[in-house]
Amino acid sequence: MNRFLPRALMAPAVITLFLWMIVPLLMTLYFSFVTYNLMQPGERPFSGLENFHYFVTDPDFWPAVMNTLLLIGWVIVITVIGGVLLALLVNEPFPGRGIVRVLLISPFFVMPAVNALLWKHMMMNPIYGVLANVWTFFGLTPVDWLTDVPLLSVVIMVAWQWLPFACLIFITSLQSLDREQMEAARMDGANAFQRFGYLTVPHLGRPMAVVIMIEMIFLLSVFAEIAITTNGGPGNESTNLTYMIFKQSLMNFDVGVASAGALFAVILANIVAAFLIRIIGKNLD
Amino acid sequence: MQANPLFTALRAVGAWGVALLLFFPLGWLFLTAFKTELQAIHVPPLFVFEPTMDNFGEVQRRSDYLLFARNSLITSVGSTILGLLIAAPAAYSMAFFRTKRTRDILMWMLSTKMMPAVGALVPIYVLAQTAGMLDTLPALIIVFTLSNLPIMVWMLYTSYKDIPNEILEAARMDGASIWTEFRHVVMPLSVGGLASCGLLCLVLSWNEAFWALNLTSAKAGTLATLIASYSSPEGLFWAKLSAASLMAIAPIVVFGWFSQKQLVQGLTFGAVK
Repeated sequence: MNRFLPRALMAPAVITLFLWMIVPLLMTLYFSFVTYNLMQPGERPFSGLENFHYFVTDPDFWPAVMNTLLLIGWVIVITVIGGVLLALLVNEPFPGRGIVRVLLISPFFVMPAVNALLWKHMMMNPIYGVLANVWTFFGLTPVDWLTDVPLLSVVIMVAWQWLPFACLIFITSLQSLDREQMEAARMDGANAFQRFGYLTVPHLGRPMAVVIMIEMIFLLSVFAEIAITTNGGPGNESTNLTYMIFKQSLMNFDVGVASAGALFAVILANIVAAFLIRIIGKNLD
Repeated sequence: MQANPLFTALRAVGAWGVALLLFFPLGWLFLTAFKTELQAIHVPPLFVFEPTMDNFGEVQRRSDYLLFARNSLITSVGSTILGLLIAAPAAYSMAFFRTKRTRDILMWMLSTKMMPAVGALVPIYVLAQTAGMLDTLPALIIVFTLSNLPIMVWMLYTSYKDIPNEILEAARMDGASIWTEFRHVVMPLSVGGLASCGLLCLVLSWNEAFWALNLTSAKAGTLATLIASYSSPEGLFWAKLSAASLMAIAPIVVFGWFSQKQLVQGLTFGAVK
């Protein structure tokens, strides 16, 4: 009994997750080797590596890989640095700190679809948008965000959503920073920068790893912000892998090529995952 | 630390400034929802105007908000409960009956979460179609549950792990069955972890867009699909868009305000104390 029960308890989660992983993966693997277009019913002849070749030589492929990495990279840089600075700013008590916390966390709960529409129209519209009005106010020419700097626009939207998350984790972590140690360092003549560099930054190492891990998981599959605002364009300037595969399968109806692409996404995710697991594995116990 | 009053004041002003700046887009969405369409695109932007409630009624008439809200509620609550039912026993087993493989299983679970959803899109779509489950609520509940499951197991695992083993051993010595142990010792000690895990799952499911957009249309669409349907026409109807958005996010944002501490604590996977 003592050996059986723990396994029985674990079984539902392990089995469902295994199916959730392996069934789509095997189907994707199969689709990626056949010619399969939803618009052409009938048999699905074996086509070897053709789909892979088609997907990789698609002129959108490398830009999409680059955009995926740039999007993840920039959002992480912005949210980690911004989050630490913000957390330091609100770490000490001041009037209304509770309200400030609530205001800060709010964007995290906004669904990506609303986030995208809100920024696309009310903020970034080149004529009526708030940003355009701010630009005009300062005598500058308004920027047509989604056309001129599409990837940056998407980065802004996603970073706006994730900055609160990073910030709150750093706030939580700063609360546990040893105040006596800080005081001792100050007495010993360490200036603010030294205290920050030798005490605060090392203390924030683990929360940073957590923030980076969670953000990577969610940012690999950014979708709504692109599908609703730029449709990956203009051209391929804001197409990431997720959006590119979506375009192949549900807009070009080419399941074969989309599946080949999906396998690339899985490989990319695994490279990222292997890297991450090494970081957080240390934090497990 | 002797705080310089000027420095403290500057700091407070800075914090308020940044917070208001980050909150501004949401505040603006809120204001726009109460404007007429003409006021919404007024240049320069209007901060003072006579509010109107017309947009909310218009959204309900045009796209049956209540149906989508009901779907969102059912799918997020459903997937949260189902997820907790599957994840809690697994996490319990891993935390208290550790083996050499426990760590590997946890890592593997997390790695399934890193699989991009788009990789599974076509197979899941085909499976749902074959099973006649496209555009149904059960399909969404299952998919939401499975995609949140790895994170749920992790969060619960870290919260169970904090329970000292001695307490459990004492209970076992006293002859408690595994059910009594779970019910009367583990559950009360891990309510916080369970709550933050459930909260996170609720928020993630409510906001989920990828599967909702691709697996549903008219019948089982959630609020995310309702909002996305406002993205296609090119006309300028920001006031209605804002009203619809506000109605879609208000429940979960307000909910989030009250539970933020719990939520963030849970999301750190116990790595941040």
